[in-house]
Amino acid sequence: MCLAIPGQVLSIEDRDGMRMGMVDFSGIRKEVCLAYLPEVQVGDYTIVHVGFALTRIDEASAQESLRAFAQMGVLEEELEQLRESDAEGTAGPGQGGGAQP
Amino acid sequence: MKYLEEFRDGQAARRMAAEIHAVTRGEWAIMEVCGGQTHSILRNGIDQMLPAGVELIHGPGCPVCVTPLEVIDRALAIASLPDVIFCSFGDMMRVPGSTSDLFQVKSRGGDVRMVYSPLDAVTLARKHPARRVVFFAIGFETTAPANAMAVLQAQRLGLRNFFMLVSHVLAPPAMEAILQSPGNRVRAFLAAGHVCSVMGYHEYLPLASRYGVPMVVTGFEPLDILEGIRRAVLQLEAGRAEVENAYPRVVTEAGNLPAQEVLRRVFTVCDRTWRGIGTIARSGWRLADAFADFDAEQVFEVRDIHATESPLCQSGLVLQGKLKPNQCAAFGHECTPRKPLGATMVSSEGACAAYYNSGRFQPRAQPAVGQLAR
Ligand code: SF4
Repeated sequence: MCLAIPGQVLSIEDRDGMRMGMVDFSGIRKEVCLAYLPEVQVGDYTIVHVGFALTRIDEASAQESLRAFAQMGVLEEELEQLRESDAEGTAGPGQGGGAQP
Repeated sequence: MKYLEEFRDGQAARRMAAEIHAVTRGEWAIMEVCGGQTHSILRNGIDQMLPAGVELIHGPGCPVCVTPLEVIDRALAIASLPDVIFCSFGDMMRVPGSTSDLFQVKSRGGDVRMVYSPLDAVTLARKHPARRVVFFAIGFETTAPANAMAVLQAQRLGLRNFFMLVSHVLAPPAMEAILQSPGNRVRAFLAAGHVCSVMGYHEYLPLASRYGVPMVVTGFEPLDILEGIRRAVLQLEAGRAEVENAYPRVVTEAGNLPAQEVLRRVFTVCDRTWRGIGTIARSGWRLADAFADFDAEQVFEVRDIHATESPLCQSGLVLQGKLKPNQCAAFGHECTPRKPLGATMVSSEGACAAYYNSGRFQPRAQPAVGQLAR
């Protein structure tokens, strides 16, 4: 949960009064709240923690972090959590929602 | 070094370790605060690359580990209610309360969901107006902005069925409590980079000067951690005690101002009990009174639930750096990641679990100093 991973902003939109964006994490796409980074633009890299972009970083350090996390074996764990969310309808394409009644 | 080979920048890491060897004269205990850093240190064998004089001790920076048993019991009580959808980050799912955990509640028919973002819980509350949706809000300053925004969003949307069970903790008061504790050995801190990305690092300036300890803002990757250690040792050897930023690509002195503003609005500083450590004054956040309607602790009346820790567990000493995990008698015997007795074995970021998963069953072996320094 503590690991914040870098991703690239693909698109930005306003949803229910909230600045949201689609962010790509090594191939997994996820909706991310951009409210705390009013200056972030499409194409920028940002560090995301529990669905919120907290800092903008340059592409080189983003790639460097992703490589380091992959080597540490923590990237997979973290991406797994991205995939496994049980919330219905908020998951990205190709992901099942909660199996709850 | 077997671990070193595993990461690509083994070369660079070896160079930095050699520099640390070259500048170290004294004996220094340095605490990394963040559980993510503990994980990285053990995973990459960074502790074994350091000179004998430099000891890393692992601080209380794993929020899953420090969430008190009774808060988990309260979560379990709420999650068991038939009209509740209980949402939690994945890491909390298998953390044992006194008699059960969230997974077990789920397998007994409780509607427990693992969410990635607290906004997912808000979405669930909108979709299920007849149910009460409760989000388990734990974490340090890094996680709090997300949780705060979820409360604001629920308010904006006029949701009456969204609640938060809040157990937020703050890093600087815990660091100060460690410095004040009798027998403290910590001479320098690696301050957690991502906490500082939100809060900045001005909070550390008075701590560094009052206690005479260097504070180096440090990232998570192996090279970041080595750089943090190198700067801390340089300060210690020179008799300096300053706040330094060794993670400037992510952290600024001021931090994220929009996030801080929302935090101030939604949360109020409160005393907080840390699992294994006890109560630390003004070391947490609770929902501000203006948001009492969203406060699960008040709405569900669970404040009377109390619990006591296993007497075998020494995690309080581990969290303060007074005992290495593998010096605990229960480590690897009664206590394993599959059957954790205490706080620091439950999460992969806890010091005990990090030691177990990295095969550190014995107290530290002498590092190959000559080999590294070459
Ligand atoms: S090994 Fe287990 S019992 Fe011992 S301190 Fe760690 S968590 Fe507690």
